[in-house]
Amino acid sequence: MASKSKGAPNKTKSGGFFGSIGKFFSNFVKRFVDGSIGTKLSHFIFGAGNFYHKQYAKGALFLIMQVAILAFMILCPTINGTPYGYKALLNLPLKNVSEGGEFDPATGDFSAGSDCKLMILFGFVTIAVIVIYFIIWNKNIESSYKADMDRKVGKKPTTLREDVETLFDQKFHITMLTPTCIAALVLTVLPTVFMIALAFTTYNSQDMNDLGTNLFHWNGVKNFASVFTGEGTLGVEIKNRFLPVLGWTFIWAIFATLTCYFGGIILALLINKKGLKGKKIFRTIFILTIAVPQFISLLAVRNLLGEYGPVNTVLQSIGLIKEPIGFLGLHAQDSELLAKVMVILVNMWVGIPYTMLMTTGILMNIPADLYEAARVDGASTTKMFFKITLPYVIFITTPYLISSFVGNMNSFNAIFLLTGGGPAYQGYAAGGTDLLVTWLYKVTIDQGWYNTGAVIGIFTFLITATITLVTYRRSKAYNEEDTFQ
Amino acid sequence: MSNNLRPMKIKSQSRNRRVSLGITYTILIVLSIIWLIPLVWIVLSAFRCEYQADGTFIGRVTSNFFPKAYGFKNFSDLFSATYYGVPNAFPRWMLNTLIIAAIDCVISTFLVLSVAYCMSKLKFKLRKPFMNIAMIIGLFPSFMSMIAIYFLLKSVGLTGNPAHPEYSIIGLILAYSAGSGLGFQIAKGFFDVIPNALVESAKLDGCSNFKIFRKIILPLAKPIIIYQALMSFTGPWMDFIFAKVIIGADNPKYWTVSVGLYSLLFGTHPDTNLFTQFAAGCVIVAIPIVTLFMFLQKYYVEGVTAGAVKG
Repeated sequence: MASKSKGAPNKTKSGGFFGSIGKFFSNFVKRFVDGSIGTKLSHFIFGAGNFYHKQYAKGALFLIMQVAILAFMILCPTINGTPYGYKALLNLPLKNVSEGGEFDPATGDFSAGSDCKLMILFGFVTIAVIVIYFIIWNKNIESSYKADMDRKVGKKPTTLREDVETLFDQKFHITMLTPTCIAALVLTVLPTVFMIALAFTTYNSQDMNDLGTNLFHWNGVKNFASVFTGEGTLGVEIKNRFLPVLGWTFIWAIFATLTCYFGGIILALLINKKGLKGKKIFRTIFILTIAVPQFISLLAVRNLLGEYGPVNTVLQSIGLIKEPIGFLGLHAQDSELLAKVMVILVNMWVGIPYTMLMTTGILMNIPADLYEAARVDGASTTKMFFKITLPYVIFITTPYLISSFVGNMNSFNAIFLLTGGGPAYQGYAAGGTDLLVTWLYKVTIDQGWYNTGAVIGIFTFLITATITLVTYRRSKAYNEEDTFQ
Repeated sequence: MSNNLRPMKIKSQSRNRRVSLGITYTILIVLSIIWLIPLVWIVLSAFRCEYQADGTFIGRVTSNFFPKAYGFKNFSDLFSATYYGVPNAFPRWMLNTLIIAAIDCVISTFLVLSVAYCMSKLKFKLRKPFMNIAMIIGLFPSFMSMIAIYFLLKSVGLTGNPAHPEYSIIGLILAYSAGSGLGFQIAKGFFDVIPNALVESAKLDGCSNFKIFRKIILPLAKPIIIYQALMSFTGPWMDFIFAKVIIGADNPKYWTVSVGLYSLLFGTHPDTNLFTQFAAGCVIVAIPIVTLFMFLQKYYVEGVTAGAVKG
């Protein structure tokens, strides 16, 4: 990841992308030709240059890393019957996988316990280890070459201790970022890349259970095509429901964002009205809904509005309705439109306090002289509201508006806890109020269609990423990021 | 005529103001009631203690908003009950969640602060690319990679491990805290406001970057530390999807409290008659969280506002 991004920021500067790559390689040649015998040896044996310069600790560190990685690559440690190392690379094409066949990497045949998802996972880990190997290789040459140069000008090569000290000063960012990078690489980037890969396979738990194996193969872009053509096992289901779900996701995101946004601003203005007493009490009441975990508050609402809940009973007893209303589409025959309206309304209950809280902070920061000047000019309170307060709040919170739109597209809790995606469609995973994310959840976690779930996930990513990048790139926060500091 | 107009105008203005204040009070009180109803209902349900004529306890959702009888039976049942074959499951779930939340809180806060400090106050080549990559990764729906994280943890025995089911807790802590460092934006916005001159002058005095972080930045960062700690501590109490998937449906002893409570009503063995016990559990979970929020409200508002402005 690090090496890929290296060229990007220099694009606009000297030489461009290819220039910096060229420089990168000419640097290698230069170091090999100009370097001492130790540096030359370092190209093959890690740490050789450091030993040559009597930096034993550093040299030993490099050597241990090389030996460890090479051992990993050659000895191929096995977990759950699936190997790492070079065998993992050989497994990666999933080539010898045929229905029911079981591949044993040792004999070239399949063995019991072979698991294609682990083959892909371990293959990716092995590729990452190879990349790390070359990064260490480069660092080890660099370290040796630097010692060469120090010698040349008569300086003593830096000791390991001095190097460690720079990690707390000039190179402090490396120390600070390493834990996050390792954690995020292993548990965020790797799983994401792995799921993207699954989108191109035939992996789903139903076929696996039927066949009684953990073997599957690459499937090209067929899973993506089935969204439009309706081919494949889940094809028709995906094709018929994809556009409606996508459409509803957008409608939901627009309504959920705007209702909570303007509702929150209005609420904040009401609470902050001059002369109003008990501001703190009102604010605390609304903050309660933020503080109470959503699975509690939303499930409470769900039961309150349920078939036998108080709301239906009250409506029945005053004679407004005869049968209980299915507000939240929990049964297939319930109204889809009503369920959609209800989730948007209940979501206001959850979301408005949040915007209220945020706007309150902003309202207090509006420069008082703006109002002063307006008052001198004889502007009315209404006019001041529409000409000063509202534009100011909207201007400040535009980035929030965008991020909350994207957040709402991926808003899982509101839908899952209230309607569970219902009303259900006969034979389809996606119900009437399902968003792309809740559909993705049902398809992967509930039904085990990992490849289809990954396809939905990738589409979701493409849509949200496009919206975010287009608006974010134009925003002030991004373009003037440096000036803020 | 014109002499009379002014006092009248003022009078009518002050009356207008009183009327509009009155309307505001009315609206706010009505809204407050709407906002409180579901929460009040859960609390009332938790204390509901009604019996049918034949002596069986009514634990399901009933049509009456206010209980006919009150008592602590739901709480005592909740603490002693065996759910999903786990004796005293509820206290166990509380303990699990407390452990997870406490460790996650420390790790996440540390990661967020360190990344935010680097992004805000240190200059290095990969700064901007790192920020862009972090943003792009954040755009992938977390539900997509959730199942992959499960596979990954399972392959190293940190969940779904029949010999050591308790390792699932470590797995969940890792899953919660691993990606947290990428959520540095709000903290970075906070650090950005700390004047650079402070850092520069310390550098001139020969302070290393580590010392600047420890002696200057950290003491100034108290509000954002509290905000991050609050967020990461309350996270595990609120989340239930991640916990459900990572720990696994077949491992009820190591569930978090939210997974457990949810499963009382919607799990593999749902029991509608457990609703009042569910409500009692909700009250017990909500009390400490709400108290925390109320005490640390100031810091929470500060964080939320900073997040809004910086996007």
